[in-house]
Amino acid sequence: MNPAFQALITIVIGVGGCVGYFYASNLFLDKVLYPPSGPNAGRNINRANIIRPWLFLFPAMLALGVYLAYPVVATAWLSFHQQRAGGVEEFVGLANYQQMISESKFWESMRNNMLWLIVVPALSTMFGLLVATLTDRIWWGSIAKSLIFMPMAISFVGASVIWKLIYDARPIEQDQIGMLNALYLWFGGTEPQTWLTIPLWNSLFLMIVLVWIQAGFAMVILSAALRSIPEETIEAAIIDGANPFQIFFKIKVPQIMGTIVVVWTTITIVVLKVFDIVLAMTNGQWETQVLANYMFDKLFRANDWGVGSASAMVIMLLVMPILVWNVYNARKEMR
Amino acid sequence: MDNIAGKRSSLTWAVHISVLFLVLLWLLPTFGLLVSSFRTGDQISTSGWWRSMTTQETQLSPIRIAGEERAEGDLFVIDGNLFANAATTVSAWGTSSREPEAYAPGEVADLGDGQSLTVTGDGDFKLSSPATTEGTRLPRVFATAATPPEFTLKNYDTVLFNASAGQSIGKAFLNTMTVAIPATLIPILVAAFAAYALAWMEFPGRALLVATVVGLLVVPLQLALIPLLQLHNAIGIGKGYLGIWLAHTGFGLPLAIYLLRNYMVGLPRDIIENARVDGATEFQIFIKIILPLSFPALASFSIFQFLWTWNDLLVALVFLGTGDDQLVLTGSLVNLLGSRGGDWEILATSAFVSIAVPLLVFFAMQKYLVRGLLAGSVK
Repeated sequence: MNPAFQALITIVIGVGGCVGYFYASNLFLDKVLYPPSGPNAGRNINRANIIRPWLFLFPAMLALGVYLAYPVVATAWLSFHQQRAGGVEEFVGLANYQQMISESKFWESMRNNMLWLIVVPALSTMFGLLVATLTDRIWWGSIAKSLIFMPMAISFVGASVIWKLIYDARPIEQDQIGMLNALYLWFGGTEPQTWLTIPLWNSLFLMIVLVWIQAGFAMVILSAALRSIPEETIEAAIIDGANPFQIFFKIKVPQIMGTIVVVWTTITIVVLKVFDIVLAMTNGQWETQVLANYMFDKLFRANDWGVGSASAMVIMLLVMPILVWNVYNARKEMR
Repeated sequence: MDNIAGKRSSLTWAVHISVLFLVLLWLLPTFGLLVSSFRTGDQISTSGWWRSMTTQETQLSPIRIAGEERAEGDLFVIDGNLFANAATTVSAWGTSSREPEAYAPGEVADLGDGQSLTVTGDGDFKLSSPATTEGTRLPRVFATAATPPEFTLKNYDTVLFNASAGQSIGKAFLNTMTVAIPATLIPILVAAFAAYALAWMEFPGRALLVATVVGLLVVPLQLALIPLLQLHNAIGIGKGYLGIWLAHTGFGLPLAIYLLRNYMVGLPRDIIENARVDGATEFQIFIKIILPLSFPALASFSIFQFLWTWNDLLVALVFLGTGDDQLVLTGSLVNLLGSRGGDWEILATSAFVSIAVPLLVFFAMQKYLVRGLLAGSVK
């Protein structure tokens, strides 16, 4: 069957099935199970209202349970087991974790991930804040913002191709086609560099790709936050003789601190999952490995599900503080 | 704000310039790839894209003179044109590799033995010799040619319609569409019902469920790969479109529920209470009131989910398989980077084909995208 046709049928079945389920189940509840009429009308209405939320929630909860909650538990379980011949899973305790921490590639990934965690959120937030502040005062600000926001729509892989052209290197006799090397030679560099093979620096060059994508996100959020700052506080500062820099650092930034933290943590989560950029640009060679790609290597190249799951648990562990903080904030808000 | 104090900031110019600089910095990478996708492979590999707008001076490989000899008075003459491409012009030429730029166009070079050669600016040459040149090796011309800017659509033709490009990007484009559209549409309704229940229905455990959704929002989907693959294999879905649609639906739901709930909570209570008093069932309230009013939030989520499914690599690699006829655009690009990393005309064009649709969606629906981002994070 043609996949496009299959897609069409799936859309019809998926959407139609949803509507059908909700309609039929509500009808059943109201007409058959607890009809709001007859001698027990009042009791029936109450009962129906107790059940109805769960009818509305059921498909979503099922999907969330199967596709997100169950895998967390299953991955944890896998990380304590080793696959033996015949597909039998044998409990091995912490052996997978021990093997993982004995591998230098793992520590390389951890080191790089820590660098990513510091550099990318910091630079993205900084550029976002800078652009948000500057564009607020010029007439073509919204166009500028829209253009800087644009990389958000580009896939990590697409962005990798874009930046790989920039980092391209040709022998010294030839014309450089990569912008970075052209600039480097123009500013007096002697030898074209293959940027993606210089340890540590190459990680930085990969990070720049993500910063390029995420700065627009930071800018949009921070720009909205800056606009919601009460005018009076700024007017008061101007009257008191504050200069633009003082206004920015002492009046504006403290007032949007909450939003900065939200932006920072959101980008942090993106960083922890970063995989496509490293896979497409270096595939973890030249000491650029990160956890998500290390895990992918283990799972699908080495077929070592035990160690792969163990490294997935490490990512989960790193996300945990943010998860807890988000849940805590959401609950505070609900009250 | 600046003119409140009675003076426009003297920094205005600096602001204009620095914003312009940042915009250029952000735009140039993409622009470079776009320009490259319209150049031939030769052009890309011999000069940077930023020089594509100007006339290129390149040292051509030596061209050996060839042509019919004819007698002209007591001289034997061969004439003709050096180039196949009429747009090329010669800015300097020579007859030995040591001095490739010895002569200007139109100058006459003395080759010894009475032979002389002249090459004009448009590549016409004329070799005259007192004795016949038949049977001898004719001289070579080392020309420095100036080629005017030239752009071509041939790359797009090759990449989209010519399967000899290895992996057909046209096919991958259709595959990506097939993945993205159902994966965007199916979660919306499921999430909308759940969001309504979480926003407007009273039941025990509601707060806990909302907190769970917020928690699941950040669960890395890396954890889900192996268990779900096992599950899909166990229940007979295996690798394929059905599997990836279900996976994308599951992974998109937390954001969908979260966004829609946040939006629905903000809808005016009166409307819903009035409808309840008037005897509307919850189902009717949802279909007739909530769903139409939530359109902006639905649009926001659809854009997020569409961009995410279109741009995704990991889920497609794991749940769809890596056969040539199953590859999505991102997967094909990664393969191209590996196998044809030097063929920039193929890479650039393929990348642009994959970027085009998201960019279109982005610029057309930016308003909803921004609104969705703000609803998702600022609260």
